[in-house]
Amino acid sequence: MNVSFVLNGKQVSVDVEPATLLCDLLRETLRLTGTHVGCDTSQCGACVVHVDDSSVKSCTLLAVSVDGTRVTTVEGLGKPDSLHPMQLAFHENHGLQCGFCTPGMLMSSIEFARCHPNPTEADIRHWLEGNLCRCTGYQNIVNSVLRGTAAMHAQGGV
Amino acid sequence: MSSNVIGIGARPLRKEDRRFLTGRGNYVADIKRPDMVVGVFVRSPHAHAVIKSIDADAALAMPGVLKVVTGEDLKAAGIGGLPCGWGITGKDGLPMKEPPHPALAQGKVRHVGDPVAFVVAETTEQARSAAETIVVAYQALPAVVGVLDAIKADAPLLFDDVPNNLCCDWALGDRAATDAAFRKAAHVARISLVNNRLVGNPMEPRAAIAEYNSATDHYTLWSTSQFPHVVRLLMGAFVLNIPQQKLRVVAPDVGGGFGVKQFHYAEEAVLTWTAAKVGRPIKWVCERSEGFVSDAQGRDHVTEAELALDEHGKFLGLRVNTIANIGGYISTFGPNIPTNLYGPLLAGVYLTPAIYCEVKVVFTNTVPVDAYRGAGRPEATFVLERLVDVAAGELGIDRAEIRRRNMIPKEAYPYQTPVMVEYDSGDPKGCLEKALAIADWAGFPKRKAASASHGKLRGIGLSTYVEACGLAPSRIAGRLGARGGLYESATVRVHPTGQITVLIGTHNHGQGHETTYAQIVCEKLGVPFENIDIVYGDTDKVQFGMGTYGSRSLVVGGAALSKASDKVILKGKKIAAHLLESSEQDIEFEAGEFKVAGTDRKKAFADIALAAYVPHDYPLEVLEPGLEEQAYYDPVNFTYPGGAHIAEVEIDPETCIVSLLNYAAVDDVGTVINPMIVEGQLHGGIVQGIGQALFENCIYDDVSGQLLSGSFMDYCMPRADNLPRMTVATHSTPCTHTPMGVKGCGEVGTIGSPAAVANAVVDALAHLGVNHVDMPATANRLWRIIKSSSLQQAAE
Repeated sequence: MNVSFVLNGKQVSVDVEPATLLCDLLRETLRLTGTHVGCDTSQCGACVVHVDDSSVKSCTLLAVSVDGTRVTTVEGLGKPDSLHPMQLAFHENHGLQCGFCTPGMLMSSIEFARCHPNPTEADIRHWLEGNLCRCTGYQNIVNSVLRGTAAMHAQGGV
Repeated sequence: MSSNVIGIGARPLRKEDRRFLTGRGNYVADIKRPDMVVGVFVRSPHAHAVIKSIDADAALAMPGVLKVVTGEDLKAAGIGGLPCGWGITGKDGLPMKEPPHPALAQGKVRHVGDPVAFVVAETTEQARSAAETIVVAYQALPAVVGVLDAIKADAPLLFDDVPNNLCCDWALGDRAATDAAFRKAAHVARISLVNNRLVGNPMEPRAAIAEYNSATDHYTLWSTSQFPHVVRLLMGAFVLNIPQQKLRVVAPDVGGGFGVKQFHYAEEAVLTWTAAKVGRPIKWVCERSEGFVSDAQGRDHVTEAELALDEHGKFLGLRVNTIANIGGYISTFGPNIPTNLYGPLLAGVYLTPAIYCEVKVVFTNTVPVDAYRGAGRPEATFVLERLVDVAAGELGIDRAEIRRRNMIPKEAYPYQTPVMVEYDSGDPKGCLEKALAIADWAGFPKRKAASASHGKLRGIGLSTYVEACGLAPSRIAGRLGARGGLYESATVRVHPTGQITVLIGTHNHGQGHETTYAQIVCEKLGVPFENIDIVYGDTDKVQFGMGTYGSRSLVVGGAALSKASDKVILKGKKIAAHLLESSEQDIEFEAGEFKVAGTDRKKAFADIALAAYVPHDYPLEVLEPGLEEQAYYDPVNFTYPGGAHIAEVEIDPETCIVSLLNYAAVDDVGTVINPMIVEGQLHGGIVQGIGQALFENCIYDDVSGQLLSGSFMDYCMPRADNLPRMTVATHSTPCTHTPMGVKGCGEVGTIGSPAAVANAVVDALAHLGVNHVDMPATANRLWRIIKSSSLQQAAE
C-alpha cells in the first residue's frame, strides 16, 4: 500500500506492507534511526514521534495510518549546531545518559511544553509516566523539561 | 596555557550529548550492512524438559529461509560451551560444579527462554514465520525455581552430576571466633529475608550483527556489549576457536548496561558462527519480552542472619547464611557475585570484630543470575542494615545512635575487616551526620504527627553502606578465582598538531566517559578540552581492555589514562630538552608548556608534538619520533566508596500504597572529576535501588517455572511519577591508592538505597509490631502485613 505524508517538513511517498508499523517504516525503510524501539508492549516510549503535533508511540501505529499527516521525528528538531530549545535544555541539565530513551523523551516533552506554559514538577512527572528511562532517575529530565518549556515559550517557538 | 582547559572538578556539559539529542546515535539496531539478513531464536517454552527431537524441514522449505541451526549442529562442529570467567572454591576446598553451558541447548532445556534453535531468513517476518513452524518435541520434566526447593533431597536435578543442585557451598570468615562472640552476647538480633530477583532492563534491548569476510577469513561482531575485548577473547579463544587477529568486536553506542551487557552471551557466538556458514551478515535484535527470558538477571537470595551485641549495643559478631540462586546455567561472572562480592562487604562501616558467612550457590530452572548494578553489595548492605535496625528496635536504641556507636572512626583507616578486605579510606560518621542534617532526621517526629493527623503512616529509614569496587586488583581477584586480569589500558595519541585521541579499553554506555576522560587529559596536559576525543568499543582500534562494570572505568581506566598522560609528559620533556638545548632534568612541565627551570625559555605542547613528528633535527640515537604513549594500570586494592542514605515514606493504610516523599544521599566517592556526571550516576543508581525496594520483582511460577513478570506490563519499572526529588551530596575522602583519589560512583546509589527505603517502610509500620517487610513493598504485600498485624493485635 502507498502511504504519503510530510516527514520532517518533506513530502514522502512510499509503498509499505499493510502490517508495517510506523516505527519500522521510519527506521528500516526511511533509515531515520533516531526513533528507538525499547519494548514490545507500548510501555517504554522510546519510539514517540509527533503526528500532526500530537506525541504518539510509533510502535503502536500502522504506517498506513499516517497517510496525509505531518510526522516529525527527533531528526526533524534542531541540528547538532542549532539545537531546539528542548534539546538544548536536556544538554544543559544533563537530562540524558545513554541516550536511548532521549528521542522519545524529547518528543513527549515538546508536546507537553506546548500544552503547559507554566508547568509544575508534578505535571511533568505525570506527563512523562509513559516514557521509561533507566539511567537518570528522571530528576534531570524533569529539570530539563522545566527549563526547556520556559525556553520554548520565551522564544515563542511553541 | 589554553583558556579552555577544563580540568578535574569542573562541570563541562557532555561531549557525547549532541549525537543522542539529534537522533544521530549509532546503536547496533541502527546499523545496516550490505546484503544483511535476519536471525531469530527459537526458545524453550518449558522450564525443564528433555529435547526429544527438532524438526526444521518445514521451516527450511519456507520462502527466504537460509539456515536453521540447532545445538546438535554446534556440537557436531565442535563448538564449545560458554566459558565462566570466575571459578570459586567451596568451604570443602573443592572447586564449584561447572556444568557445560551450550550456546544452543543440547539434550535438555533448563529455563524458559533457553535458546534451542536459530533461524536465518531474508526478512524479519520470514524468520519469525519459519521459527513458528519448527517442531521441537519436548518431554517436560518437573521444574524447580526457588532456592529452598532446589536443595531439598527430592528436588528435580538440573544436571545429573550436580547433587542437590548445589554449584558451590562457600564460606568466608572465622567461624570459631564468631561462635565465641555469640556466646558472650547480651543480645542477639535475628532476621530472615529475601532479596528479590530483578531484571536489569537497560532501555536498549540487546542486539548483534555478525559478518564474515571469506576473502580475508575475518569476522566482525557488532554487539551491545560493555566489554568488547573480553567478548573477543572469550568467544574467539574458548567458544569458536577464531584467532584473535581474525575477529573484530565492535560495541558502538550502547543504550545502558547496568551489568546486563557485561557477559558473553550465547547469541553472540551463534550469530558469528552462522554468519560464516550463510556467507552474509546476520542481524538479531532482541525483543523486550525475549530479553526478559534471556538477559542475565540479578539478586535472588534467601538469607538468615544474626547479630550479636553487648549490653551497650556494640556489635560483637555477625553470622550470615545465604542461599543464592544462580539460575539454570553459570553465566560469565555468576558464581562471583553472591560470594566474593557479597561476603567481604558484610562488615559494612562497622567495627564488628567477628563475621562468618556461608553461601550456598544453587542451580534452578530460571534465567541465569549474574551481576546487575551493585552485584552482591546491595544484597550485603540490605542484610546488614535491616539487621541493625532490628537490633536497634529490640534494644530501644535510636537507629542513628546504634550506628554511631559501631562505626569505624575516620582515624582508624586503613581498616582491616574480619572478612578479607582492607578499607583504605572513609569517613562513615561524616557521611551519616551530613545525611541526617540534609534529611532533617531530628524534625521527623513533627512530620510523622502531621501525616498521622491525615490518617497516614509515616516512616523514615536510614542505611549506611560501603562497597568494594574499581574491579579489580588482579592479584587479589586471582586469589578469589578470577580467570583473567582486571587491569585497564589507555593510549594517549598526540597528533602532530597537538590534538589528542585517547584509545581506552573501557566502554561508555551512558557514564559520560567522553567528557570525564577528556577532563583528565585536560588537567594533565593542558590541552584544550575540545581538542581531545575519546575512542572506545572497537577491538580493531583499541589495544586491549576489560571494559566497563563494577564501577571500574574511572578508577582503573582513568588511572591508566593518567599514567599514559604522565608518560607523554616524560617523553615531551626529552624532546623539549633537545629543542631548548637543555638537560632533561631541567625541564619542567606546567600548564601545557615545557620550560627550562629558572629561565624564560619554553615550548608549547603543540610545538613539542610537531617536533616529535617532524624529526628533521632529532637525536634519533636516543629518542624515537612520535608522541604516543600507552599505559596499563592494575590497582593494588579495591576502592571503597561509602555513604549514608535516608528515605522518608508515607503509607496510606486504606490503599496500602507507599509514597516515597523524601530521599537524601551523602556518598563518599573519593575525588570527583565532574560533579554533574556524578550526580547523574547517583540519581540513576538510587532510583534503581528504589525500584527494587518498592516496585520491581521478577517472579516465576513455582510449579511450571514460567516467568510471570515477563514484560513492562508485569514487571514494574520506576516511572517519573513514582519518585520524589532527591537530594544528593558528596562527602569525599580521597582514595589513598588510585592516582587521582577516585573511588567510583556507578553503583553506590543502588547499594545504599534498598535498605534505606525498606527501613523507612518498616518504621512506618513499627507500631504494629512489624520488624521486617520483604521487597518490593507493594500495596498487596503491605495490605497482608497490616491486615495480619491488626488481626493479631485484636486477638491479643
